[in-house]
Formats: sequence, C-alpha cells, structure tokens
Amino acid sequence: MNTLSRRDFLTVSAAVGGGLLLGWGFGSRAAGDSAASAAPAFAPNAFVQIGSDGRIVLIMPQVEMGQGVYTSLPMLIAEELQVGLDQVALEHAPPDDKLYANPYFHFQETGASSSVRAFYEPLRKAGAAARTMLVAAAAGAWQVDPASCQVERGVVTHPPTGRTLTYAALADRAAKLPVPAAVPLKDPKDFKLIGTRAKRLDTPSKVNGTAQFSIDVRLPGMGIATVAASPVLGGKIASLDEAKAKAIKGVRQVVRLDDVVAVVADHMWAAKQGLAALSVTWDDGPNAKVSTADVVRDLAEASLQAGKVARKDGDAPAAIAAATRKIEAIYEVPFLAHATMEPMNCTVALRNGSCEIWTGCQSLTRAQREAAKLTGLPLEKVVVRNHLLGGGFGRRLEVDYVIQAVRIAQHVAGPVKVVWTREEDMQHGYYRPYYYDRIAAGLNPKGRPVGWTHRIVGPSIIARRIPPVFQNGIDPDGVDGAVQLLYDIPAVQVEYVRHEEPVVNTGWWRGVGVTHNVFVMESFVDELARAAKADPVQYRRSLLGKAPRARAVLDLAVKEAGWGQALPAGHGRGVSLLYSAWGSYLAQVAEVAVSSSGEIQVIRVVCAVDCGQMVNPDIAVAQMESGIVFGVSAALWGQITLKNGRVEQSSFPDYRIMRLNECPTIDIRLITSSEAPSGLGEPGTACVAAAVANAVYAATGKRIRKLPLQPQLTTA
Amino acid sequence: MTTLNINGKAHDVEVPDDMPLLWVLRDVIGMTGTKFGCGIAACGACTVHLDGQPIRSCVTPVKSVTGKQITTIEAIGETPAGKKIQEAWIALDVPQCGYCQSGQIMSASALLAGKASPTDEEIDGAMSGNLCRCGTYVRIRAAIKQAAQTSMSGQKA
Repeated sequence: MNTLSRRDFLTVSAAVGGGLLLGWGFGSRAAGDSAASAAPAFAPNAFVQIGSDGRIVLIMPQVEMGQGVYTSLPMLIAEELQVGLDQVALEHAPPDDKLYANPYFHFQETGASSSVRAFYEPLRKAGAAARTMLVAAAAGAWQVDPASCQVERGVVTHPPTGRTLTYAALADRAAKLPVPAAVPLKDPKDFKLIGTRAKRLDTPSKVNGTAQFSIDVRLPGMGIATVAASPVLGGKIASLDEAKAKAIKGVRQVVRLDDVVAVVADHMWAAKQGLAALSVTWDDGPNAKVSTADVVRDLAEASLQAGKVARKDGDAPAAIAAATRKIEAIYEVPFLAHATMEPMNCTVALRNGSCEIWTGCQSLTRAQREAAKLTGLPLEKVVVRNHLLGGGFGRRLEVDYVIQAVRIAQHVAGPVKVVWTREEDMQHGYYRPYYYDRIAAGLNPKGRPVGWTHRIVGPSIIARRIPPVFQNGIDPDGVDGAVQLLYDIPAVQVEYVRHEEPVVNTGWWRGVGVTHNVFVMESFVDELARAAKADPVQYRRSLLGKAPRARAVLDLAVKEAGWGQALPAGHGRGVSLLYSAWGSYLAQVAEVAVSSSGEIQVIRVVCAVDCGQMVNPDIAVAQMESGIVFGVSAALWGQITLKNGRVEQSSFPDYRIMRLNECPTIDIRLITSSEAPSGLGEPGTACVAAAVANAVYAATGKRIRKLPLQPQLTTA
Repeated sequence: MTTLNINGKAHDVEVPDDMPLLWVLRDVIGMTGTKFGCGIAACGACTVHLDGQPIRSCVTPVKSVTGKQITTIEAIGETPAGKKIQEAWIALDVPQCGYCQSGQIMSASALLAGKASPTDEEIDGAMSGNLCRCGTYVRIRAAIKQAAQTSMSGQKA
C-alpha cells in the first residue's frame, strides 16, 4: 500500500480516471480578479470554464451552507456537459446580479429552499450549451456531422473512425464558435448523474480541517477584532474605559462608534479581554424597558383587527357562525435565534481606493451594495470573496455583520477580521418573528369542517427586504403554507395583519412563515379531529380527496410509522402535513415519550417526502434529517425572550440545541416522482413542530398552543 | 516563550500563559481547522486531543499543555482511529455545513481509539458535548459504528 494522503489520492485517482488535469477545492472568484489570472480558453457562459490544460471549473451561483448545493448544482451542469463530478473544480461566484441572479428572485440570493428548483434548467442549459460547442468543435476538426459524435467524461469520440479529442484540446476551437441560442436537454431516462446518490464534493475538505470558512481568513498584518453592539436595539454607548483596554497586551486599537465598540488586537484572546476591560455602559434609548410580555400584548391587540384577505373561498365567517359547533384557538410562536455554529464574522480591507471583503453570506450583491454605499466607492471597487458558510438558516441573508465590519474597517489601517463572540451572536440576531394567530373552524354534525378562518399577525420581513413583493398589505411569506390549505373545506378565509415589533430585528429563519403556519394549522386540524372524535390520520385523509400527492405522503408516513399500533404508557404519536410555495409535500409522524415529571423525549420521526424530480436522493435525505433536528430543537426548547430591552439568552446553556444523545430515530421515505423539482431545505423543519405537539397531546391529553413545548408542558 | 508540541512538531509561541489553546492554534500559529463555537466549552467545536484525550481548547490555558502531545484535526488522519473515522465520515457523507465537524471527528476519534466497538451509550457519552446545528447526528452515530466495524474486521484480517 502506498501512503498517499487523501488529498493526493483524490487528485491522482481522478487524473488516472479522466486523463485530465484536475483541481480540487474551492477557489474564490472575485470581481476584479479575472485580470490577474489567465482567462480560461473556453467560457461559453457564466457557469462553465474549460482551460486548454483541461481544467474544468464550475462557478457556483448559490452558496454552500450545508444544504449540498456544491454537489447538486455541479451535478446539473456535469450531467449535460458529460463530465464526471471527479473532473470538476468549483469556484464561488462573485456578487453579480446580472450573471448569477437566482431566477426565483431576480437577484443573487441563496434562500427559500430554491437553489435546485430555480437552477434546475438554467444550469443544465449551461452545461448543454458548452457540450454542444465542444462537440461542434470536434466535428469541425474532423469534418463530420456533430450528431455522429459521442461524449463521455469530457472526451469527444467519432465512433465510425475511432478518433477522439479531449475537451482540453477542443477548448480554444470551441471558444471561437457562436453560443447556441437553444440547446436540447437530455431526456430524464438518459440521466447518468441526476437522481443518483453522488458523493458530496465538499466532504473531503470538511473532515480534515482544510475547508475554508470566512472565520479562517488570515491576511498579512491583519488585526482581529471583537465587538459589543448595544444590547438594546436603538441604544448608544454612554461610557467606556479605553485606556484599560489598551493596557492589555496585544490590543492595538479601540474603535468607538455610536452604537458599537470594537477592540482590534493581535488575536481574539486579547480582543476579548480588551472588550471586557472597556466596562462599557449604555444609554439604552426608547426600548430600555421592553419585555416579551409587551410584544405579546401588542400582537394580541393587533390580532383583534381584520387583516388583509390572502385567501377567500366562500364566506367562512358566516359558515362558522351557522355551524353546529364552533372551535377557536389562539396560537403563539416565539422569537428564535439561528445560532449558526460559525458565529457572525467578516474581514475587510480598505486600501488603495478599494474595499475587499471576505465573508460567508447568503446575499452577496446586497453585501457589496451596502459596502459601496458606506464607503462611497463604485461597485466594481468593492470586491466580495465568499466562503463556505458555517450555517446559514436565513441569518446570513442579512448583511448587518458585513456593514458593521466595513464601518469598523473605516477606522483601521490594514485588514481587520471582525469576529462576534457567541454571546454577541445570540443577542444581536435577526430573530424569527413572534407570531400571534387566531384560528377558528365550524363543524357540521358529522364533525366535518364547513368553514375555516386563520388570521396571522406578525411583522413583514418581505416588506423590509423586498418591498415590491409586499403587495396589497399581504406578506406572501407570512401567509405561505396557510393559503395553500389542502383540506377540502367549502369556506376558507386567511388574513394577514402586519404588525411590526421595532424592539428587535426580525428576519428569515428556516421556513419562517411556513414553519409557524404549519404548526398552527396542523395542531388545529388535530383539535378538530379530536372534537369530531376521529382518528387524526383518518380525519385528515377524509379531507384530502382533491390532493392525491398529499394523501400519498400521508399514507406512506403513517404506514412506516406503524400508526395505530399500541405504544407504552406515556408515549404518543402525532401527525403533521405540509404543502407550501416550496412545492414539496411532506407528512411526518412523531413519537414522543413524556416522563412522569413532564420531560418530553422525541423517540422517532418518520417523514415521507414528495419533492418531484430528485437531483441527489442522499442529499434530500440529509436535508430532511437536518430540518427535523433543527425543528425539534425549536419546538421543544427554542425561544428568545426580552427583558429590559435585552435578549435574555446568551449561549448554548440557555438557548438549548438538540444534542446527539437527544436525537430521535429518523426515517425518511422519498417518493419517486417526475414532477418538477421542489424545495427541501426548510420543509423538514416546518412540518415537525405540529407532529411533536400532536404527539404530546396524544401522550398527555394536553394541547399546547404556544411554543416551545417543554416549558409550556411543565408549567401547564 | 512557550513551546507546544502540536501534531509531532514543536512550536515556540510568545503568548500569555492564560491564553486558551484555541486562539494560539488559530490566531498565532495559523492552524484554523480547530473551530471557535462558544468559548465556554458548551459546543465542542474546538475539540483537540491532549495526550490522546479530547479536550475543549477554548477553555484550556496554553500554559497547562506544555510538555504534552497536542493533536488537531489537521493530523488526526495519521492516527489509526482518526483515519477510520474520516473514512467513515466520507463514506456516509456526514458533514453538512461542516463547521462543527472538526470537533465531532476529534471526539469520535478519541472514542474509537479507546473503545474498538463502542455501544450506543458510549457514543452518547463521548459525543453529547459536540453540538451540530445542521443535525448530522443520525449520520455521526452511523459513521462511528461503521468505523468501529472496519476496525474490528481490520483486526481480524
């Protein structure tokens, strides 16, 4: 046996297999860099580059934050380009809304479980266009019909004569050909990669410490800074002791701005000690006295007014008024922190009339634009180098940490890396909003719903971030999941009341609108089933006559979970169903055990998924596993609370995250489908809280309408 | 001057005695594979080995580790258990965002080095201090078991 390192092994085995030079790892392309490096011989579009050395580079328009797009997106290109995944190197795209816009948003952003469904065709077309040109180049060289040529692993063959040419050899010639306007895509039956459990391309670098997150950036002369921003939104620094901080060995500089102070040092330890030595006091401003109870009181008041109608079938209020039985409830979900494992960080160098930024960000063009605004530099002078993200979950859609780092860098000579402590990260989030919902239904004598009203009250993240999408007073994300209610109910009304809570920043958090709506809707359907003395599964099933895909996932999850089979005392099963703008259908069955002291343990979650055409079933499973763990953490324990305007939680001991020993058995069942691909990053999270809450009801007879479940159950 | 033995190599560093090993590794020596997660030993992202035992480097003063063998993620693949763990991690595609995985692998490698075939309870005990926000726990458990199996069959062969 030889003693090659894994890295060497990958390179060597791939080179032997492909006969082409191979790169491994992720470069970071940035605006302005292209002049410095030699242009590739063949770059027919923004996503594919082939050098005459054979190097095949795929440019990634979406960012990798664990969801697997640095494997699934290359699969789309490689499928049509007819190369192996072992033959490609990847680069992060630079910020560029023209080249790399997410087709769903028309700007470059990674979110809303959109990457695969948005890029499913565009990236295949990019690969197909490149292949068409390379084949045309070979056919031209041989004076044969392109249709008589074949391609495999980047080698074009003319079988009748046995001639071959590699993509490397064809790159220069192909570059001179016109880019075809339209190219045929493969018939799905001919797929070699799409639909396979191809290995993730980012795994090797993530098991040996070489994966580069932005927190790992190191630059000559760089200072390392840590910060304290006002603990109360809108507060300002009242006083601090700069001399004490500067007395700490390794501290270089204190940067005092209105609302934030940074200590710049040789290393993080000195920066942290320096920050502590500052003994900052704050002028808390108008939010000084705010507590969670104030927020809830305001939301409750806002919930009494009629909202903007987002869905209206028939006259639901009248149908409920005339019904045999009326059931109504109020549901609440708390503020939640993202708590990405990699705390917020950003490195900035302002020098020679340019602004260079090293970060991991879901919204690169937004980061670039904000930095340009702050510095007064033209966009092309703001270079943003993206990295692998140590978790996103929506937190890195916001660019507050980039803005803050640029503001600090404006006072620092040379590059500075700003790293938030865990406490700073936990207390300066863009939290999942607190939502307050009023929901009601009328039942006929058989217990079947004849009317359904659902009023959703909360802030509009869309109105803040993408104002044109906020139309007629309705936040389409805030009502997502609720307006698609699949149950066969003759009269349905869904309303939205926009109520801002300017005491904390709120933002998108894995599933946002759907995550909250599905908890409310699926808990409430369970209430209706119980009121009708019906089995929760049978009750749902009887209302899904017009939704065959939903019924199929429900039937599959229920069967796998052994629904109806006897359970030990203290155990219960709960079911939940999801369909939303993501397009995927999910059904989950959770089994919980509740101890005599009221401790909830989630034993098992079965999840059936129909997400249309799958690109990589193993990544689909991983996303479901991930979403479920994330969602169960939040459902059981997650809450950010306010007291005196401050976030009360500070780190993992008081913002509880599921640990390995608490992780349920998770069984994912994927339904094979040729429907269009649909989103998978968030649904696993969005579906699970109701399944767990319904299971807790089955186990205890207690209906919990306010998350998180564990403290509610203990105090119920 | 403090001399540290990291992955079999001596490193001389000029740092305060109470500086946590994590920051010496990352910010002074430039070995960034070991990650910062919380700074209070609550998440395990900073796990390294001290004489083969897993420790949280974010709360370990550098002075306390002089004269001891420090192993980090950059070299864990050179140990038999670490190599098996990395291979199992790749075989099952465990990582998602990957940020916590250095710490996970360090904890798992220490477990496997001490227990050729750990039980579920032993896996719980060794791994419950390592948080993963992506929720890769199902695969972490499976990968440890797979690594243990290949260790066992390797011994038999």
